[in-house]
Amino acid sequence: MKSKIDVKKGITVFLFLLPGLALFISILIAPIAVSVYRSMYDWNGFSEGTFIGFANYIELFTNGSIKFMTGLKNSMILAFFSVFVQLPFALFLALLLGRKPKKERAFLSIFFMPVLISTVVIGQLWLKIYNPDYGLLNRFLDAVHLGDWKHVWVGDVKTALGSVIVPTVWQYIGYHMLLMYAGVKGVSTDLREAAMLDGATPWQVDRYIVIPVIKPIIRVSVIFAVTGSLKTYDLVRILTEGGPFQSTEVPSTLLENMLFLRNRYGMGSTISVMLIILCFAFALLITAAFREKDE
Amino acid sequence: MENNQMEAVKKSNPAAKVLMYIFLVFWALVNLFPIYFMFTFSLKSNEEIFGSNIIGLPKEWLWSNYVTALNTGNMALYFVNSLLVTTLAIAISLIAAMMATYAITRIKWGLNKLTNAFFMLGLTIPIQASIVPVYVVLSKMHWLNKYSTLIVPYSAFALSMSILICTGFMVEIPYALDEAARIDGCGLAETFFRIILPLMKPAVSTVGVYSYLQCWNEFMFANVFISDSKHRTLPVGIKALSGQHTTDWGPIGAALVIATFPTLGFYLFLSGKIQESFIAGAVKG
Repeated sequence: MKSKIDVKKGITVFLFLLPGLALFISILIAPIAVSVYRSMYDWNGFSEGTFIGFANYIELFTNGSIKFMTGLKNSMILAFFSVFVQLPFALFLALLLGRKPKKERAFLSIFFMPVLISTVVIGQLWLKIYNPDYGLLNRFLDAVHLGDWKHVWVGDVKTALGSVIVPTVWQYIGYHMLLMYAGVKGVSTDLREAAMLDGATPWQVDRYIVIPVIKPIIRVSVIFAVTGSLKTYDLVRILTEGGPFQSTEVPSTLLENMLFLRNRYGMGSTISVMLIILCFAFALLITAAFREKDE
Repeated sequence: MENNQMEAVKKSNPAAKVLMYIFLVFWALVNLFPIYFMFTFSLKSNEEIFGSNIIGLPKEWLWSNYVTALNTGNMALYFVNSLLVTTLAIAISLIAAMMATYAITRIKWGLNKLTNAFFMLGLTIPIQASIVPVYVVLSKMHWLNKYSTLIVPYSAFALSMSILICTGFMVEIPYALDEAARIDGCGLAETFFRIILPLMKPAVSTVGVYSYLQCWNEFMFANVFISDSKHRTLPVGIKALSGQHTTDWGPIGAALVIATFPTLGFYLFLSGKIQESFIAGAVKG
């Protein structure tokens, strides 16, 4: 009798999980397994391919023409600016809004708005800003008599990467600000007021009470900022297409090139696997770094 | 005494306060400017944009740019495509997520925690991780360039976050309701459809807005998987349009506005809900 109920329950559980598991396994889990397997093949996507062990991984790091090290370096530069410019700025905004200025909600909503706009739209807008002849930036420089500073922003090796980093960092400030603001709002007003009564300045309250409380959120933000930089694709594809001379390639654009320009599906899989490994490794590393600091 | 101190704290540094407001207003302008810029140049002619009036209001409001973008630029088609793909992806992932969440949170069967952890892997896995095999399989099955080419992956990628958010809502529903239903003779499935699902309405909008933004703005999969113009979504369509009209800014501006206004419209009415869904998505992740 009992086992009959168990069987029925088992079937119900299975049926309820089925749609989710089917989607999840067929689109995420199985493909990753295939990626790992194919990353060890010299494979054009259609033939059987030949097993070559870790040769793709070695080539990825040693063959300069693949530009993986350039891509990784660019991602790391972006990660650096995200962690050390974007996040402090977001934290600053969150702390300011935490002090209950007038129109707090309106400011919050406006600051968050760029996050909602498609990166493709943002990219197109920035292309109009960077346009060498008619763009806002160069015309502004002309207007303030700094014509010497004018550049072909996205087409010049010296400025192309910066041209990608600025909009990326700007767009997601609002995202991190929102997360941190939610944390700031979670700090009890009693705690704040007690500290204020003891004569603490608002900055001291933020420094010694609010920031320690929202540290777990800051950790999440750092993880998102770094893994997001590793995964970045949209703005590079729209603004520079990885150019000029492949100087702004990132792992994801290289991955796409492997499929469509070089027919190297095995190497494409290798880049996929490296991305997963790097994302997980950085997430663990950052978590460990925060734990270290606590002790 | 205490009151005096409070007063002192509040009154301290009026200059700092002014600075704070100046800064807040400045940053608000920086964030509003792109929308203003996009909207105004979508209504201008090239003469105005390339002439002296690059950031002012349009002298002559050229709505014809919108007609160009919608008709010859195909933005009307891309808009409908995006709407279709996004709506179906949200619906599929929502149904799958609700069912999975029910099995994970309200039926005890031993592997609940493990199953949940398994689904949560999806929060950290980059979308790039599966692109090569999915592309190869789809192209072998001649399944590229269809609506379902995007709908299925989008629902899969929205799933983990949907389950995470649904779990937050579903554990709030008192378990006594399930027991009462059981006593009344409802089976597990019946309890889900008649008791739990109707109570999950608030979760639908939170999950919905999050998935909407993810799908509506998605670019990488759409760019790789869709090469024919009939099935392009807005982000890919905009890229194609800007390639064709490099010298004609007005219609591109119109296309950008067309792709953005539904989101901003939602945001105007649902800003609290949208922010809430982002927070719900990150706090546990």
